Amino acid sequence: MTSLGIVGYGAYVPRFRISVEEIARVWGEDAETIKNGLGVQEKSVPDKDEDTITIAVEAGKNALARAGISPRTVGALYVGSESHPYAVKPSGTVVGEALDLGTDLMVADFEFACKAGTAAMQCCYGLVKAGVIDYGLAIGADTSQGRPGDMLEYTASAGGAAFVIGKDPLAELETTCSYTTDTSDFWRREGADYPSHGARFTGKPAYFHHVTQATQLLLGKLGLKPADFTAAVFHMPNGKFPTAAAAGLGFTPAQLERSLVVRRIGNTYSGSSLLGLTNVLDAAKPGDRILLTSYGSGAGSDAFSFLVTDRIIERRDKAPATEAYIQDKQHIDYGTYVRLRRKLKV
Amino acid sequence: MVESVPLSWRLQRQRYNLIGTRCATCDERFFPPRNFCPSCRRKGKIEPFQFSGRGSVESFTVIRVAPSGFESQTPYAVGIIKLDEGTSISGQIVGDVTRVEMGKRVRPVFRRIREDGKEGVIHYGVKWALEG
Ligand SMILES: [Zn+2]
Repeated sequence: MTSLGIVGYGAYVPRFRISVEEIARVWGEDAETIKNGLGVQEKSVPDKDEDTITIAVEAGKNALARAGISPRTVGALYVGSESHPYAVKPSGTVVGEALDLGTDLMVADFEFACKAGTAAMQCCYGLVKAGVIDYGLAIGADTSQGRPGDMLEYTASAGGAAFVIGKDPLAELETTCSYTTDTSDFWRREGADYPSHGARFTGKPAYFHHVTQATQLLLGKLGLKPADFTAAVFHMPNGKFPTAAAAGLGFTPAQLERSLVVRRIGNTYSGSSLLGLTNVLDAAKPGDRILLTSYGSGAGSDAFSFLVTDRIIERRDKAPATEAYIQDKQHIDYGTYVRLRRKLKV
Repeated sequence: MVESVPLSWRLQRQRYNLIGTRCATCDERFFPPRNFCPSCRRKGKIEPFQFSGRGSVESFTVIRVAPSGFESQTPYAVGIIKLDEGTSISGQIVGDVTRVEMGKRVRPVFRRIREDGKEGVIHYGVKWALEG
């Protein structure tokens, strides 16, 4: 059987950062307590002319560059986000034309809170495996917002990652599965500016249950145990949840360490676990096995196992590393932040 | 000014992908695309040419009072970019305006150009970001 998986991957993180200290100063809260509680030091902030579409295009360009394929050979484009700029008009229509993917193209926008990007990967994988298309482009991107003064304001950030799925991969997709239930831990009604959530933190019945179940389901299908993986990546609503989920499943801090981009860029929602994966791939060696488990409120988790191939070596340097985006930053104050995010309704 | 949707749609592919033209006879490049070479005139052979968009800032100015549709973006820098592949192109330079300097290297980025009010179409296109 021909091996299928990630042919090229790309990351994008906006340049501006706001620190936990700066937000805490405005609300009169203790920055150290919050940093320790969340495991986040600062978060990315999009520029005034950036949105989910522009982030998806930048990440998509990088994924196509690494794949080294003609954009016109991409047969499907699925963009996952919970901050699509239009309520009606798919983000993928703009992204597809901006990436010059041509018109012989299946397009749809996906929504499943923070796991819409991994759902897009599963669909591309299915279409490629069935032989319907040669390559699919799956993107997870968000410019998420927390209500001013809400704890989410410390973590809700912006970023995205894109994956070309097809044959001759740099990371073979061994298998994928999902675990889904009807759990109302976090939601946003049509027309509402900010999301609502059940509690200050939505832990046990939501994040931990779904992440753990999906991961165990995947391990069972493959007959693997945590020690068989070089690295593990989990959805990162903050720095604490993935660390606790990994420990509960039997993964070591060393297996998780490289994926924890959340500490320096915050929770990029649909981009969150995917940017953890791009950062892990940037340092991966042929033969490495990588676990990826996303989480989307509502709720569900998608789990994947990837086996890195020799192709990683020749393709990795064809686009900027995730770390390059994380380090190219400029700090802003709360006033600038409010203006950029248009939080003041005029 | 609200640009008509059909006009914007015709210019879109060119705007998104920096597709200009080139005269095959003298190798001069044009953006926006021209279908006539002013040097070779009738001997000119015009073909499509895709620019990489990399170049440097030739000149710029900072806009603090913006026209309708751009108000939310002030202050922003607009400049002339000297493209590596020949010809110059005007456009917006993104990010902190205090970092913009003449001669600085730039690369193209895909951004929101303008929105037609809260309920209208969002126009996208290429702008320039400072390298490094
Ligand atoms: Zn000529």
